[in-house]
Amino acid sequence: MKFNLATLRGLIAGDQYAARVVPPSGFTAQLTLFASGAMAFLAVFALALSLASGRLAQRWGDELAGTATIRIVAPQDQRAEQTAAALNVLETTPGVASARALTDAEQQALLAPWFGSDLPLDTLPVPRLIEIFTTGQSFDATGLRLRLAAEVPGAVLDDHGRWRAPLVAAAQRLRFLGWLAAGLILAAVASMVTLAANAALAANAQVVAVLRLVGATDSYIAQAFVRRFTWRALVGSTVGVALGIAAVWVLPAGSDAPSFLTGIGFEGVGWLVPLALPLVCALVALAATAVAADRALKELS
Amino acid sequence: MLCGLVRKVIFATRPVCYSIESRMMLRHNRRVGAGARVIELENVAYSYGGGELLSDISVKLAPGSFHFLTGPSGAGKTTLLKLCYGALLPSAGYIRLFQTDVRSLERDDIAQLRRRIGVVHQNVQFLDHLSVTDNVALPLTVSGRHNGAAGSDLPELMNWVGLTNRADAFPPELSGGERQRVALARAVIMSPDIVLADEPTGNIDWEMSQRLLTLLVELNRMGKTVLIATHDLGLIRAAKAQVQARVLRISNRRVQLAGADL
Ligand SMILES: Nc1ncnc2c1ncn2[C@@H]1O[C@H](COP(=O)(O)OP(=O)(O)OP(=O)(O)O)[C@@H](O)[C@H]1O
Ligand SMILES: [Mg+2]
Repeated sequence: MKFNLATLRGLIAGDQYAARVVPPSGFTAQLTLFASGAMAFLAVFALALSLASGRLAQRWGDELAGTATIRIVAPQDQRAEQTAAALNVLETTPGVASARALTDAEQQALLAPWFGSDLPLDTLPVPRLIEIFTTGQSFDATGLRLRLAAEVPGAVLDDHGRWRAPLVAAAQRLRFLGWLAAGLILAAVASMVTLAANAALAANAQVVAVLRLVGATDSYIAQAFVRRFTWRALVGSTVGVALGIAAVWVLPAGSDAPSFLTGIGFEGVGWLVPLALPLVCALVALAATAVAADRALKELS
Repeated sequence: MLCGLVRKVIFATRPVCYSIESRMMLRHNRRVGAGARVIELENVAYSYGGGELLSDISVKLAPGSFHFLTGPSGAGKTTLLKLCYGALLPSAGYIRLFQTDVRSLERDDIAQLRRRIGVVHQNVQFLDHLSVTDNVALPLTVSGRHNGAAGSDLPELMNWVGLTNRADAFPPELSGGERQRVALARAVIMSPDIVLADEPTGNIDWEMSQRLLTLLVELNRMGKTVLIATHDLGLIRAAKAQVQARVLRISNRRVQLAGADL
């Protein structure tokens, strides 16, 4: 089937007479509607999962990429000296935007939840903390660790990545799986529509013969079938997507510390993805029927 | 009663026919120049895969001519008609429709060609889910002209074939003769240059076949080239009384012009 502007106009606007040349097929039509609706419903969940995982991976990745900490574990008399040395090293470390040692008051505040606010920090061997703000990718934790080991024996670098990196990887894998599931669902829509279109064409061999006899071109005949299946997929998937979005909507909303389960849903431009789904389903159905019709009509000649 | 009906249809619709006629003639003259051949077969052979069914056939049909194609059952009449509207391609030789070699035609060109050749099949088929009127208008529909000026020919045409009262019926509800007339109306609605009819009177009674013949003769008088495959010799005799018809006979895989003994 050849595509041009007229084809597209015909598909959208239709022609009240042309639309009727293919006999109505009640049961098949309902099956196609139901199947594309169910598929769209599932695809909404796959996409919600994928987008949520993506957001989580992004947030975790940003956090761990942005900060790191150095602990100076040294005898009381060397602590200040080593802290200064570590800050010195950090000044010449690429990828470090800024670094500063936490004050006694700040350390006290950190420990207060456990030990109360009257802890005599100056008499206890509490390590000194240095907070580092990094600038993206150029920060090299391994390199810094090596330099610290050589120049500041009491310094321990904690770049947060060690324990969060697998979580980020998992979230990224989950995002990929979500997209893969959505892709597979669309592929299933394509196969289902192809099967239905093939069945419809085979069942209507006489209709095709009559249409050819009276001078219908193959693209006209194909278009009659394509139009029908495209509309069914569009209507079915619109209903499916609406139900899917409603179901995602009633999931418990995220709290201020969003966990994975409470974060499933759509945010901002992410809403465009499920809203575009019916259109994508319709396009998939259109392409699938066009290919099926093209092949079937060649065989029927 | 049928006799009365026939007379009524033929006489009552005559003025209407002429109005269709003048319009169809105009289109006809625009399309085919005088002296040109609308169908030309040159040394054509055809086989369905086994031995040759038709061999070395050369036939030329001039515009406005009236031909019968006859021969025993299985001789290849239907096959020859199919060759004449591009449904089959010859195994050997040349077929030119409107001076174009059918072998050079793309699939879409063949579809365009079908709009200039009206065909009444031996086993008439319709779209059973559409009314008689919609079936007659089908060639207009598929060429995107259903709402065009040509659409106004529809009631006249239904009247011409005497089916005004069956316009809203569905094909499965029609009698054999009615089906043949619906098929004829469908075949001519695009005002084709050629009308091919395969056993148009195959399963209808004598009076009905006379009525159908009259319609075909009228089409020929409008300037259409008419080719009718039949083994009904009575029909041929009846036609010869009304129109200058030539008879082609298939025998021994070849086509000959039959003698005047028919
Ligand atoms: N599609 C086909 N495949 C193979 N053989 C075919 C096919 N169509 C027709 N034939 C054979 O070709 C021969 C001629 O068939 P055709 O229909 O042209 O005969 P016909 O002259 O129209 O006969 P009838 O008067 O019975 O309609 C027959 O023997 C028939 O069996
Ligand atoms: Mg035959």
